[in-house]
Amino acid sequence: MGNRCAVIGVGQTRYQTRRRDVSIAGLVREAALRALEDAGLTFKDIDAVVIGKAPDLFEGVMMPEAYLADALGAAGKPMTRVHTAGSVGGSTALVGASLIQGGVHDRVLVVAFEKQSESNATWALSTHLPFNASLVVGAGGYFAPHIREYMRRSAAPDHIGTLVAVKDRQNALKNPYAHLRIPGINRQMVESTPMLWEPIRYLETCPSSDGACAMVLASEDKVTGTPAWVHGTAMRSEPMARADRDTVSPQAGKDCAADVYRQAGITDPRREIDVAEVYVPFSWYEPMWLENLGFAPEGEGWKLTEAGSTALDGDIPWNASGGVLSSNPIGASGLIRFAEAAQQVRGMAGEHQVDGARTALGHAYGGGAQFFAMWIVGAQKP
Amino acid sequence: MPSEPLVAEHALEFPGGYTRTTGPVIGRFLTELRDGRIVGVRTAEGRVLVPPLEYEPETGEPVTGDYVEVGPAGTVMSWAWVESPRKGHPLDRPFAWALIKLDGADTALVHAVGADDAKAMRPGLRVRPRWKPEADRIGHITDISCFVPEVTAMVAPIRMEYRVRPGRSLSRFLEGVRDGVFLAGRCTHCDKVYVPFRTSCPECGSAISEEVELPDTGTVTTFAINNLPDPRAPEVPFVSAYIQLDGADVPMIALVADVPAHEVRQGMRVRAVWAPPEERTLSMANIRWFAPTGEPDVEL
Repeated sequence: MGNRCAVIGVGQTRYQTRRRDVSIAGLVREAALRALEDAGLTFKDIDAVVIGKAPDLFEGVMMPEAYLADALGAAGKPMTRVHTAGSVGGSTALVGASLIQGGVHDRVLVVAFEKQSESNATWALSTHLPFNASLVVGAGGYFAPHIREYMRRSAAPDHIGTLVAVKDRQNALKNPYAHLRIPGINRQMVESTPMLWEPIRYLETCPSSDGACAMVLASEDKVTGTPAWVHGTAMRSEPMARADRDTVSPQAGKDCAADVYRQAGITDPRREIDVAEVYVPFSWYEPMWLENLGFAPEGEGWKLTEAGSTALDGDIPWNASGGVLSSNPIGASGLIRFAEAAQQVRGMAGEHQVDGARTALGHAYGGGAQFFAMWIVGAQKP
Repeated sequence: MPSEPLVAEHALEFPGGYTRTTGPVIGRFLTELRDGRIVGVRTAEGRVLVPPLEYEPETGEPVTGDYVEVGPAGTVMSWAWVESPRKGHPLDRPFAWALIKLDGADTALVHAVGADDAKAMRPGLRVRPRWKPEADRIGHITDISCFVPEVTAMVAPIRMEYRVRPGRSLSRFLEGVRDGVFLAGRCTHCDKVYVPFRTSCPECGSAISEEVELPDTGTVTTFAINNLPDPRAPEVPFVSAYIQLDGADVPMIALVADVPAHEVRQGMRVRAVWAPPEERTLSMANIRWFAPTGEPDVEL
């Protein structure tokens, strides 16, 4: 795994529908300055910057990393753009970590953002080429059939998705950065919203958010303050069109989890991980990923959700921050998972802190559930 | 039979308009307006009144002779939307009457805000005056035509044009659908059949050269019912389904129709509905959708 690496600073913007008051540059800078402030550093102390975001069509800015170098104090420094669809925020953190683990740099700033209000995600994700029939479905339309297949295979009751939608929004009420804050959120409220892409209801989907997240990663002898130590990092991908590909529980996700657990010495994730921030943009992905990540046997993830195990007061809280269901600046969403995992083991998660969290999982996925990025962070030095 | 009520139009207007003497305070304000500036007057307590008043309303004392340039930008404190402007209103399209506190002023000025629609109005909105051309200014509040919101966003029209040529494998597949057949490729190494036809195997990377003709029947493995309208998509609700053609090892995404959306099932047997041969082109549009065959469902 190389040299030791730790998170020593985290910065987030408030996530909301429209940040009319700042440019893209102003948005990323806000997160970057907060992360630097948390680490007690300035741009001068940073060796390299790694930035991630969703495809360029989202804001229509080609190679935004070039435009954002000034805002991130990156002039004269290595600056790298990472590009792995929805998992990009996670991959961005991992590329940053690899620069420390490989001994290339001592302090790396990782930043990810999206300003979804500048266009429309469904448009940006559905660019139809000639010769194909138009079948605009967006992300929800893409994932709905896989959720339907999960429901068939597992025979999970219909209300499981509702439970996740409520639970994550209840957690969001404790997170001052969260976008969707719905006081009194309950099952009836979720069930009364329309089916957008059946079986996905409106309140079972993530919002479209503007926002940015940043972290300062450091090598062992540059660690200051309260660190979150990196215990394992892994990325995997798989082809979309492979025969017999399991779109409900992709092999790449299983392999990625096995790799990151092996590095962190985890054999029983449900027992050994205290809190997980997992990429759940549609509520049913919680039970699906509970199985894919080995927290529950195949077909039984929904039972953990139903039993309340993944709630903030459960034995394995998932998405204490409110998750992607509550805030979704797409390119940043993965990095937020990784950053929230770090905040938990630093004991700095605020009102949604899980008491005594020592080991946390950060997870992101993207594309047609074919890109995966994960890390395990801990309060103890590995 | 009651008689028609007696009605007459009547206008009361002093010929040529009243002469209004401004006095020194209001006169200074209007003179500055004519020169393209907005001034307020300071009260004995130090507050800046905009528009200026001759006597401080709280104390009744005369204001000082200290005139202060304010604005020109200001902040909307409150507003009312005028959907149907009347004769005599400053704008002939919908607008807002707003209380605007100009930068440096302690009181708000009433003026029109020329916003695109009521949604653009909010307390805290930053606005700036749109002046009449200098030659048309006469020393009147209407020397400012209206206020308009500050620029906070711009539209960036971006368009990329490509010439797209289908590759060899897609061309071959499209020739098939033009002729009413689904061409697939079989990887001899993995023994898997891929449709649409492709020239390399995504599993092992081997070149695929063996073409297989598949029937136009298959099974719905899973699907979504789309209720979100989009100008580029079929009318809602429409069903987008994964259909595994008989003999294929990967599903294709296609529409399922000729059946109510809620009667589509996983395992349902379907057959392609083709456009008439004379309408077919080298395009997936040749397959209008898949429709149920009526055969029993397949166990998945």
